[in-house]
Amino acid sequence: MPALAPILTFAKLTIWEAARRKLLIAVVLLTLVVIGATGWVFHELHYSNGPGGGPPLGEVELLLLASQVLIFVVFLFAAVLALMSVLVSAPSISGDVESNLVLAMLARPVRRSELVLGKWLGLAVLVVLYAAGSGILELIVVDVNTGYLPPSPVGLIAYVAALGLVLLTFGLLLSTRLAGMTAAIIPLIGYFIAWVGGILGGIGTAIDNQGLIITGVVSKLLLPTDGLWRGAVYAMEPASVVASLRAAGRLSAGNPFSATDAPAPAFLAWTVFWFALMIGLTLWSFQRREL
Amino acid sequence: MLDLQERQAAAATAAASPAIHCVELTKHFGRTVALAGLTMTVPRGEVFGFLGPNGAGKTTAIKLLLGLLDPTGGEGWVLGRPLGEVAVRRRIGYLPELFRYQPWLRGGEVLRVHCELARLPRSAWGSETARVLDLVGLADRAGDRVRTYSKGMQQRLGLAAALLGTPELVFLDEPTSALDPVGRYDVRKVIHHLREQGTAVFLNSHLLTEVEMVCDRVAMVDRGRVIATGTLDELLGGRACRIRVTGLDARQRQTLLKAHDRAEDDGEWMVLRGLEPESVPDLVAEIVRLGGRVYAVEPRSETLEDRFLQLLGEGH
Repeated sequence: MPALAPILTFAKLTIWEAARRKLLIAVVLLTLVVIGATGWVFHELHYSNGPGGGPPLGEVELLLLASQVLIFVVFLFAAVLALMSVLVSAPSISGDVESNLVLAMLARPVRRSELVLGKWLGLAVLVVLYAAGSGILELIVVDVNTGYLPPSPVGLIAYVAALGLVLLTFGLLLSTRLAGMTAAIIPLIGYFIAWVGGILGGIGTAIDNQGLIITGVVSKLLLPTDGLWRGAVYAMEPASVVASLRAAGRLSAGNPFSATDAPAPAFLAWTVFWFALMIGLTLWSFQRREL
Repeated sequence: MLDLQERQAAAATAAASPAIHCVELTKHFGRTVALAGLTMTVPRGEVFGFLGPNGAGKTTAIKLLLGLLDPTGGEGWVLGRPLGEVAVRRRIGYLPELFRYQPWLRGGEVLRVHCELARLPRSAWGSETARVLDLVGLADRAGDRVRTYSKGMQQRLGLAAALLGTPELVFLDEPTSALDPVGRYDVRKVIHHLREQGTAVFLNSHLLTEVEMVCDRVAMVDRGRVIATGTLDELLGGRACRIRVTGLDARQRQTLLKAHDRAEDDGEWMVLRGLEPESVPDLVAEIVRLGGRVYAVEPRSETLEDRFLQLLGEGH
């Protein structure tokens, strides 16, 4: 059985590495720039004149527009988080194997499972901190500039963080066997395919096509990133938007920036199982690797 | 069944004393045989040289003994514990071959991380780190990032990490491969120091002169098998003598050569092995008595390299 102390040591090393390698600082600085820029966008929404030099936007229009712009901004953040999660996890184990560093560490009284779990934990802390930090700051900026707050800010951050964790977990699994570049490209392509799969599934729902619906479900099960993204979207939609989407019926389901319902409990349960399965596979794969 | 358990228990007890004991340890990678039945015993406190050409299975053997790889067959004990046990690694130090530490850490930080992984008490981290840094001559660079270290300094740092916590057994895999002559001398000093404090050292090397200078005993491996093992004296069979002599007929030369094990005749020069220095004048007198004319007598120690090449030649 893995012990807690070495797991924490490896987790600490992982976070330490990210901080020392300036990766964290670069991402944080860029994120602050982007948050500042979106602040300006939201400020413009609120105070500029309406269409054709008319009066500024009314309360309802502003809320609608702010919620839509926020969805696009969060999509950008989610994509950056996805990229970052993959780029830090993919070389994490393979790099240590290539440099023989893993031999020096595993010759200590530690288990391979402790190294894997420690790395996962350290990377997960980074991903959650980034999702929470950037999310909270962005929401404050939006609130200050427009007075708008999405209905479920905590849900929003949780779904975006989970999306990052999915890609991090997938990247770490591949990192036990593949070199960094390969282990990074596969989850990223998977992320895009799952996104398209979600859109196809939505279109299937709209036109009642079983084949497309199944495609959507399968892609969601293989890599639950799009399902989690829809959860984040739902957390950002004011009740009026949800109501109008529902009124539009099935036809709105193809839009990747909208969600008529919160993710089903069965999907969330599957996601939890997916994490357990992937971490289990990672442990198994690294355990069996000849070093 | 009980009988088997009893036998296993008896075997384990018998193996409890040596630093390393293994029987027919085998490792296959797919269809490649990396180690084909390694059987050996390394007593505690001994400096043991593990010699062989590149690809002979030396590193694989260390990884198996450390439990970093699972053997395909055979069994072994390290410090009296069966292979693969995690806890026994607290008493073992290891310097891997061709490795790089985290370039973003400082030298002293690498060692602290290893103190932590080795489960040394936190109160000892500072003193242990200082002790080993001093031992490998890296104390003044402990605060610098590993990124700025030369290959030799990285090697010294690795050696320092292997010495943390005063282990009972230290595995050194090609410890001098990146070092200049001064560095090699320093490593030899460290190995002598380890021997003095009773630490067993398992030294992988293809640098034969190196091994000759520090090892109590050696095993020579080739293509995954031990081809010779013993003390240096046993392996080298004492001293040799090179003599340039004329005036003897073929029969007389043969008689002389036959009297000595592994002797060679090279026209005028003869190499006679297993000679004690005191018996050289007697040999010369004998040659003169037979009518031979002696031009030169050169006492020569056979080197491990000679013996090693000879053994490799026999195997191929």
